[in-house]
Amino acid sequence: MSFIPHSQNEVSQMLKAIGVKSVDDLFSDIKKELRPKSFDIPEGKSEFEVIEYLKKISYKNATGLINFVGAGFYDHYIPAAVDALSGRSEFYTAYTPYQAECSQGWLQAIYEYQTAICELTDMDVANASLYDGGTALYEACMMAIRITGRKKIVTDSGVNMTYRSMLYTYTSNLNIEFVETPVTHGQSDRDAIYKCLDDRTAAVILQNPNFFGAVDDHFDIVKKAHEKGALVIQSVYPVSLGILKTPGAIGCDIVTGEGQSLGLPLSFGGPYLGFMAVKKEYVRKMPGRIAGESADKEGRTGYVLTLQAREQHIRRQNATSNICSNEALCALRAVIYLSLLGPGGLKKLAQVNFEKAEFAKKVFDDIPSVEVKRSSPTFNEFTVLLPRNADEVVNRMVAKGYACGFPLGRFYKGMDNYLLVAVTEKRTKEEIVKFKESLEAVLCD
Amino acid sequence: MDIAEGLLYTKEHEWVKIEGSCARIGITSYAQELLGDITFIELPKISSELEQFKPFSSVESVKAASDIYAPLSGKVVEINNLLESQPELLNKSCYFKGWIAVIEVKNEQEKSALMDAESYKNYTKELKH
Amino acid sequence: MRLIFDKSVEGRKGLKISDSDVSVQANLPKKYQRDNPPNLPQVSELDVVRHYSNLSAMNFSVDANFYPLGSCTMKYNPKFTEMIANMAGFTDLHPLLPQLLGGGMLAQGSLEVIYKTERLLSEITGMSSFTTHPLAGAHGELTGVMIIAAYHKHAGNRRKYIIVPDSSHGTNPASAAIAGYEVIVVSTGKDGCMDIDEFKNRLNDQVAGVMLTCPNTLGIFNPRIKEIADLAHRSGALMYYDGANLNAIIGKARPGDLGFDIVHLNLHKSFAAPHGGGGPGSGPVGVKEGLVKFLPIPRIAKRNDGTFALDYNYPDSIGYIASFYGNFSVILKAYAYMVYLGKSGLIDVSEKAVLNANYLRSSLKKYFDIPYDRICMHEFVISVSKQKQKGISALDIAKYLIDNKIHPPTVYFPLIVKEAMMIEPAETESKETLDDFIRVMKDAAELSSKSPEILRCAPVSTPVGRLDEVKAAKDLNLRWHKR
Repeated sequence: MSFIPHSQNEVSQMLKAIGVKSVDDLFSDIKKELRPKSFDIPEGKSEFEVIEYLKKISYKNATGLINFVGAGFYDHYIPAAVDALSGRSEFYTAYTPYQAECSQGWLQAIYEYQTAICELTDMDVANASLYDGGTALYEACMMAIRITGRKKIVTDSGVNMTYRSMLYTYTSNLNIEFVETPVTHGQSDRDAIYKCLDDRTAAVILQNPNFFGAVDDHFDIVKKAHEKGALVIQSVYPVSLGILKTPGAIGCDIVTGEGQSLGLPLSFGGPYLGFMAVKKEYVRKMPGRIAGESADKEGRTGYVLTLQAREQHIRRQNATSNICSNEALCALRAVIYLSLLGPGGLKKLAQVNFEKAEFAKKVFDDIPSVEVKRSSPTFNEFTVLLPRNADEVVNRMVAKGYACGFPLGRFYKGMDNYLLVAVTEKRTKEEIVKFKESLEAVLCD
Repeated sequence: MDIAEGLLYTKEHEWVKIEGSCARIGITSYAQELLGDITFIELPKISSELEQFKPFSSVESVKAASDIYAPLSGKVVEINNLLESQPELLNKSCYFKGWIAVIEVKNEQEKSALMDAESYKNYTKELKH
Repeated sequence: MRLIFDKSVEGRKGLKISDSDVSVQANLPKKYQRDNPPNLPQVSELDVVRHYSNLSAMNFSVDANFYPLGSCTMKYNPKFTEMIANMAGFTDLHPLLPQLLGGGMLAQGSLEVIYKTERLLSEITGMSSFTTHPLAGAHGELTGVMIIAAYHKHAGNRRKYIIVPDSSHGTNPASAAIAGYEVIVVSTGKDGCMDIDEFKNRLNDQVAGVMLTCPNTLGIFNPRIKEIADLAHRSGALMYYDGANLNAIIGKARPGDLGFDIVHLNLHKSFAAPHGGGGPGSGPVGVKEGLVKFLPIPRIAKRNDGTFALDYNYPDSIGYIASFYGNFSVILKAYAYMVYLGKSGLIDVSEKAVLNANYLRSSLKKYFDIPYDRICMHEFVISVSKQKQKGISALDIAKYLIDNKIHPPTVYFPLIVKEAMMIEPAETESKETLDDFIRVMKDAAELSSKSPEILRCAPVSTPVGRLDEVKAAKDLNLRWHKR
């Protein structure tokens, strides 16, 4: 085997040093009756054969479609330097930087990532990453419960449906009360939220832009929630923060989000990047690893994993979370991506996304049977009402070469004719116009 | 082992000093040595009610975290805010400057469940073996 | 090294972004707009490349260093699996494409990879079925504990406790607690295994599950594991297998045959996906027949015509536990690794992992105390207690190893051994590497009496010496601020 270096001669020498006759003797604690009842695995292949085999399998994926599907996960351009740098094996084959002196590169990169997330969201502190946007929201929810000592959560239905479902899964044995405010096509339903807010509420969970693409300024909701002693958790789309009002500016307490748009490939759902940033008074209630600055005896600046007393390897059943492995390599990609863009690049990228989506809306207006929903401003994604079932339209658009959007009926009852369309910087004017023409043709059939 | 005379002790290594109808609470030298350099304490809130032998606060060092248990039941009337900026006082002066809180004692009889300096000394000796 | 933020020069750019090619010149209404731009670095592409290249050189990594890190299985990560994971046919696939067109017809390749991975893992562990959704080992544990809860709820009772041994990974009690259970800790007996009498005493009809690592963190395969499983099952509890140490027993024993009902694996340990400086991982969970209905949705199903689909029709499922189907590219790397090794290759993994560990153990016992000195599996624990009497701690030895370009073993774990160093060499390391490690450890043992200051001052070859962790935790500085 090419990854196992032992020659037969070396094996014999090692067995002799151990003082046993055979490798089998090393497994004598596993008695015969405990040996595998079956181990029906095919024999191995050569490296070339495995590559060819998986290449063929990869061709079965329809990655050639022109993509207008977003729904929280977006097809953005990834600069070549992101792959080149995160592909350095000095990063990707390293372990968690518990041994600080031989992990300064990683620790500084994490510290820089934490800074970038704080700058992006206008928050005080960030952790070193969580698994994905959904689990980050769950951790935020548990954190709010710990901070407030309350057990009721008010959730806006504009929050990603999968994320909301995950919250229910994770809390199903914890006696936590969830209240969902009804769906509106546009912004959060203030009256509904205020009706649910009371002095038992631990947190209000909002998303901006929400699942329908609607942009909101949640300032008033934050104010009302704080009056009741509840925290506000906002789930955000990081690229949109190039131009959108930040969660920090409106007073949110905990911010989470999916960092996939910051230089990570779509890769069929992962690895992605859950990020979390909080107000500084809550730092000790935060889950996950945190890098901090310190110094050695000679006064040289260095970085360590700090506040470890919150974590499972020290506090065990009383830890703030069970998380151990995180998404460090994805966080590295994010900070490299944000460094390449800089403040100007991020703003321009966000503005281009916004303008292209606005253009697409205008183009769609020309199809008489399609109604573009405009009850609120949007960022790079919007809802259209089709004259017939969106699922069926989506299927027929595939034949024309388009992944034309997400059929909302999949997640929301009574929205079978609605399509959610995302337009990133990668979509050209020509693609948008042809998309519209194809859609028109499909709808005329 | 540094044990102050005239105080009462718990098995979880808290000390309590009776001051009239009130009681001052802290952690023992044994506890602070076990934890190492203390980096943070979560202080109780003024007016919160403590229940004997239930956790009311926690301390953290770099590699450990530990709950602090109430030696007696009662209402918190004073807390040592100095510990927020100088948690090292819990190491340097655990019986004096590093006190944690003062409570109004609710039930004098609870004292009988605590150890005096002599018994606590013997208790910690046993733990070491 | 200076921070990337400190290298910022007003007006410098690292990436050209295409201008908008559409004629719309719209702006968001002012009230929704950001007030101030973020203080991200303004740097060129070369600035970024040089900065992160130089940072990367300040790390140890498996490609450059021996990493005998107990319970972490830092084996070599083959390059061809990286190449496969970077194929555009996999990286460019949007996870919602199965929602379009006939239930998954646009994502047949990736669904096939997941399905086949589930089948292989089921056979390797002796389980009925697997889910690849959990995104790391601890996430797998939480998923497993929620399946335990769903099982008892389905049977009409709640049950309150999860039992873990005191030698367990911290994630076990933490996962049990956040899923809503109280934790019962059972101590380790003289033989290095969970004390079976204490276990019997603590077991009752309120215990929902027992979480064990086998071999445990001392590297000992519990010969009475079947008896423990039978006891647990008789009182109605489920057996949970923490797969962190699976590398020891691949092809030699299967958790399913040993009596475990639920298992999580760490694909980034046993199946050679790289650790990425702390993640991403992948923690698939396998279950026995009766528990399949509780697995998270969506499940991957194989249709009669050989195609694959997402199946949501599991009314008893615990629900969604992740946004999608797991850390796909990590799963893909592990799948490619399994296909490459095949049956005999996989068996060779555990044999050589155990051989390497025992070779180190038998060589190191001349210099260090080994509290549970017996044939071990893939890892073992030494104690630096002998050297501690001369004032040298496990940490000092760990730092000395760094000066010798070796990543230290796991230190101060398991908690039940004083001055513990937990050593796991993994099968991919050669005899020369092991001999070199033995030599350095022997030197360390000798230095602890001859020149202890060398150990106490280590490391001296790194960009910084030992850092003040108390200062880091007290004077919190967790980010850069613009001056």
